[in-house]
Amino acid sequence: MDKLENTSLWEKLATKFGSDVSQVADGYDLLTIHVEVEAITAVLIFLKQDEDLRFIHLTDITAVHYPLQVKAFEIVYHVHSLVHNIRIRVKVQVAGVDPEIPTATTIWKGANWMERETYDFYGIRFLGHPDLRRILNVDDMEVYPMRKEYPLEDPNRVDKKDLYFGR
Amino acid sequence: MSDIKLAKAPAGVEGAGFFATSLDKVIGLARSNSLWPLPFATSCCGIEFMATMGSTYDLARFGAERPSFSPRQADMLLVMGTIAKKMAPVLKQVYIQMAEPRWVIAVGACASSGGIFDTYSVLQGIDEIIPVDVYVPGCPPRPEAILDGVLRLQDIVKNESLNRRNTPEYRALLEKYGIETYG
Repeated sequence: MDKLENTSLWEKLATKFGSDVSQVADGYDLLTIHVEVEAITAVLIFLKQDEDLRFIHLTDITAVHYPLQVKAFEIVYHVHSLVHNIRIRVKVQVAGVDPEIPTATTIWKGANWMERETYDFYGIRFLGHPDLRRILNVDDMEVYPMRKEYPLEDPNRVDKKDLYFGR
Repeated sequence: MSDIKLAKAPAGVEGAGFFATSLDKVIGLARSNSLWPLPFATSCCGIEFMATMGSTYDLARFGAERPSFSPRQADMLLVMGTIAKKMAPVLKQVYIQMAEPRWVIAVGACASSGGIFDTYSVLQGIDEIIPVDVYVPGCPPRPEAILDGVLRLQDIVKNESLNRRNTPEYRALLEKYGIETYG
């Protein structure tokens, strides 16, 4: 078996999924691809189950909020091939106040908690998730704290000014 | 002559073969010199408390020989460390499970006010959920500061009247926190 490289990996994906995938520049020698939301399940299954790829380890699922973009949320998957010792980063851009994306729990059981965390902090609905509820924050919280919708600190506070500490 | 220090006897009437004083003072003396700590340690202040319990600072000198890691028999709850909002119901349950009389020391900036963690997930001071008797400042406080807090609490306990916990003020205080009172 030849060593799997980024170029051959990208060629494989491009021939299989065509316009559903596109490559993104990344300065760290880690292949990063954008996937259309309709194709994400197929791409992940292909990465995991293809004989030459074997990306069997899901490292993490998280999200990024870009409040100025039309598709404001980007869900990020890090997948690792333990067979070839190579990683790939898969990104999906979704729009909407409560963005929806198919769950990865049907592919990796371990996606369960990662998706719960992403829902907890970003409010992304993973369709088909068996138990989508908050995992780290209190259950009765009404906001998604990692969204860039809130000021980092109340600008009117004075109790942390240096003069109160003799500085 | 040994170095052992005895607690001073309260003021009273002394005579041949008898000594009369008020029950309040005797009970206060006994309670204040046998405060059993229940450490609720979540972070660095807890480590500082471990040093306080160690041989150098020796919290056991004050009758706090046995750290009770259960609400049973404990009467001094020491909250040491950041209390997240998700931890708040647990802390409150521990407090409710303690029998009267009970006292609370908030050790360090986090337990007292949320400290540097001015954020959505952290309780901004445990006095939002349970009544607090003594606050120990510091981040983290040195063992001496924790000892000072315990000594302050001893003063409070010593001078507390026996029926304080049956007064309407005390009941109103607990009801403000939504804690049931009995008797």
